[in-house]
Amino acid sequence: MPTAAPDAPLTSTSIDGAIDHLQATYPEAVSADDREGYGGIIVDSAQLLDIAQVIRDELGFDYLSSATAVDYLGAGDHMEMVYHAYRSSGGGALVFKAQTERDNAEIPSLVSVWRGADFQEREAWDLYGIHFPGHPNLKRILMWEGFHGHPMRKDWREAYYEEEQKPFDSRWPGGHVHRAEEKNVFGKNVNYPREIDLSRLMDTSESAVYQSLGLGVDVERVMDKDGFETNELVVNMGPHHPSTHGVFRMVLTVDGETVTSLEPVMGYLHRNHEKIGERNTYLHNIPFTDRLDYISSMGNNHGYVLAVEQLLSLGRRYNEPTYRCEALRVLMVELSRIVNHLWAIGFWLNDIGAFFTPVLYFIQERERILDFFEAVAGSRMMCNYMRFGGLFGDLPERIKSVSNLTNDRVRDYNTMQFLTEMFSERIPRTIDELEQLLTQNEILIERSVGVGVLSAEDAINYSAAGPLLRGSGVPYDIRRADPYSIYDELDFDVAVEDAGDMYARYRVRVKELRESVRILRQILPRLEATKGQSIWADGKPGAYAPRVPHGEAYGRVENGKGELGYYIVSAGGKSGTSNPWRYHVRAPSFINLTPMGIMSQGYKVADIVGILGSIDIVLGETDR
Amino acid sequence: MELNLHELNATEFPVPAELENNIAITSLSQLYNWGRRNSMWPMLFGLACCAIEMIATASSRFDFSRFGFEVMRATPRQADLMIVSGTVTKKMVVPIVRLYNQMPEPKYVLAMGACASGGGPFKEGYNVVSGMDKFLPVDVYVPGCPPTPQALLYGMIALQRKIDGQSIANGDDVPWYGVGSAEPTPVPVLGPDIIDPRQMDMIRRQAERAAGDMDALGLRELPAAMQMVAAKAATTADAPAETAPVNGNALAFVLPIGGTPWTEAEDIREKRRLRALARKAVRATRRASAEEE
Repeated sequence: MPTAAPDAPLTSTSIDGAIDHLQATYPEAVSADDREGYGGIIVDSAQLLDIAQVIRDELGFDYLSSATAVDYLGAGDHMEMVYHAYRSSGGGALVFKAQTERDNAEIPSLVSVWRGADFQEREAWDLYGIHFPGHPNLKRILMWEGFHGHPMRKDWREAYYEEEQKPFDSRWPGGHVHRAEEKNVFGKNVNYPREIDLSRLMDTSESAVYQSLGLGVDVERVMDKDGFETNELVVNMGPHHPSTHGVFRMVLTVDGETVTSLEPVMGYLHRNHEKIGERNTYLHNIPFTDRLDYISSMGNNHGYVLAVEQLLSLGRRYNEPTYRCEALRVLMVELSRIVNHLWAIGFWLNDIGAFFTPVLYFIQERERILDFFEAVAGSRMMCNYMRFGGLFGDLPERIKSVSNLTNDRVRDYNTMQFLTEMFSERIPRTIDELEQLLTQNEILIERSVGVGVLSAEDAINYSAAGPLLRGSGVPYDIRRADPYSIYDELDFDVAVEDAGDMYARYRVRVKELRESVRILRQILPRLEATKGQSIWADGKPGAYAPRVPHGEAYGRVENGKGELGYYIVSAGGKSGTSNPWRYHVRAPSFINLTPMGIMSQGYKVADIVGILGSIDIVLGETDR
Repeated sequence: MELNLHELNATEFPVPAELENNIAITSLSQLYNWGRRNSMWPMLFGLACCAIEMIATASSRFDFSRFGFEVMRATPRQADLMIVSGTVTKKMVVPIVRLYNQMPEPKYVLAMGACASGGGPFKEGYNVVSGMDKFLPVDVYVPGCPPTPQALLYGMIALQRKIDGQSIANGDDVPWYGVGSAEPTPVPVLGPDIIDPRQMDMIRRQAERAAGDMDALGLRELPAAMQMVAAKAATTADAPAETAPVNGNALAFVLPIGGTPWTEAEDIREKRRLRALARKAVRATRRASAEEE
């Protein structure tokens, strides 16, 4: 095994070299994960904390991308935490895992090493019931305090449970449909534990939210130094609030107008994406991914398809997507990035006072792009466009839209002309207009420069991603750091700004808009050159229910909001399986909220909505 | 919105042509509905994906202000219409019911999209409520996932039509003119699972049964259609469906759940299906013969 030269710094060794180093240093605690289709190492959970420290400090894997739990019921009967750590300078993942038994599951918390593990460990506690000693604030995050059970465990069944996996026998091939209500004792989507005592029922979900904030008057702080009496006030924002971008909630304590602490509260749109995803077949999940970050559904499709393709490529019957297919994927993804950034900037401006006027102009361009999506994929927002090894369909010759009549005329364009006009005129013009009106705007600068600052170290340590990370001066873009699809042959720059404030994030988004247009202009000749080529490697669409071989995969893409990752475990035997055993989404909107607390401290209440807007979250992805 | 007296003047008393722009003779109900239908203010309130299409509907291309949905109000106290735009989760339904209670009457609810209408693609989820109508009275359902802006506009216009049909003389149409203040909808409780206070009795009964020796058998309150099927099964197929008195006069059937499928109902369903197919075949042959003639 070629390892790094002894005097070379360990922070630049290869992944294999890093694993060798760990195995040499901790021979008892570290073992290679040699299950079929798996990679990385398994770490003894007693020494996990020490080893994580080494991984971060000595080996240089300073960015913890994903931390998630897997329940191996019936396949070893243990719980497992899976961590994906990356170097912020680029390169592949160091995957390490820690195992624990299913009863009294306990794994040491890594929050002291990577703060970015905070919400992800809380999620693992909420959904899997794994306890994390050392976690500063271990309580439920998506469900409410008091909910019965940990729903993602394989032996936990929802109220409308029918079978472990789809397609259900009753539906296919039998074709009998019955309503889920008929199978449930209560006739609705509820399920109470046997020991429920309805005479003494208490709703503890609200009090639990406030408990961790230490409510009550702190005598020391009642009188300030001038003898002026002040009280800290707890202010609740959301889940119904016009500036929380959905059903997000923040509980803040304020001293006068200044925010002293802030805690995000979420789960109001937790619609059980992962539980449903583990019942679904692989193909079923594609339209569900659309509904994660519903602003940029194409990007969500791409990440999921990449992850499943990684697994499929372990098997024998798999063909790489064709070049035209890859070019079309990049075309769609970059268009949705433009939609996403226009939307993000527009709504951020809403939050800092330019109510709705800028958005109206951005929506104009968005509608144009959605018309294109509708013509190609059949739907404006929920495109459901990508498939394993291919796509739903090729570009149509002409774009016709009868549903959006303007002046009673059917819109009818030549597709390539439409795209050329969009990339060379319309979108650049919109960006120019945007910059002209906003970038040097005095009010905008006053409101956003120096507000919501996040330092580069914190951004990495808190696992921030996307414009939030790059706005803090870390030039980390997965399209460059760990290239996928055809990005390595495309010419574009990673947008980066150093200040780390709201204004820097705005600048990063504007730069990325321009870079996206640059990429799209390079895609057009590639589409012309591959005209007539099939989007499927063997010329015909892939299987309806592909058999996915045994193994694990982590597919990640740079989505508009940041790093979107899918961790998928397939537990099939020799012939593979058509349903995922574990389906986890590493949602950028969710993890980007981890530094929200430190970013808001010391700023005014009115800045909070702006800071939230500059992170750019979408609740479908935050809560999943 | 432009004042259009022509659309108000719809009685048998004609107005002279030269006064048509100045005078309208109409009924009180019509005047009242005309005012309400053309100034419906929706609440600025988005839940999920559908909210994005709702924003698109509000913006320049589709612009629902044209139809009188002039401004979206962030506070429920200034809103007439709640557009439930997205998946209603158990955690979120508590604030939604509170918001609804804060809206002044007359108030309307529009369920936008598959999730708000019946749970949609996420129906089986453990944190998902199968439709807004489980908790609030819904006036208009708009199908789609998400509905296009055109579909939402159509739904909103359907609501205006509904208002047109209401009469002040009819207390059922305008219950807010009744005596006393309206009862607020009870706010659900987040216990071990969500609990609707209106169904406390039923839940208690079911839970007691479930806590007993009811591993194989469970009691259910059947929807009317299912009661008919089961009653028919009891009379025709000699299936001894056990009946137990519940809540005074209503009947509920003890049916096996879980492992064994309840074959009686399945049989009836199958028979019905075959009968429907036979009828369909007869119709088809009739149509064919009619065409030949």
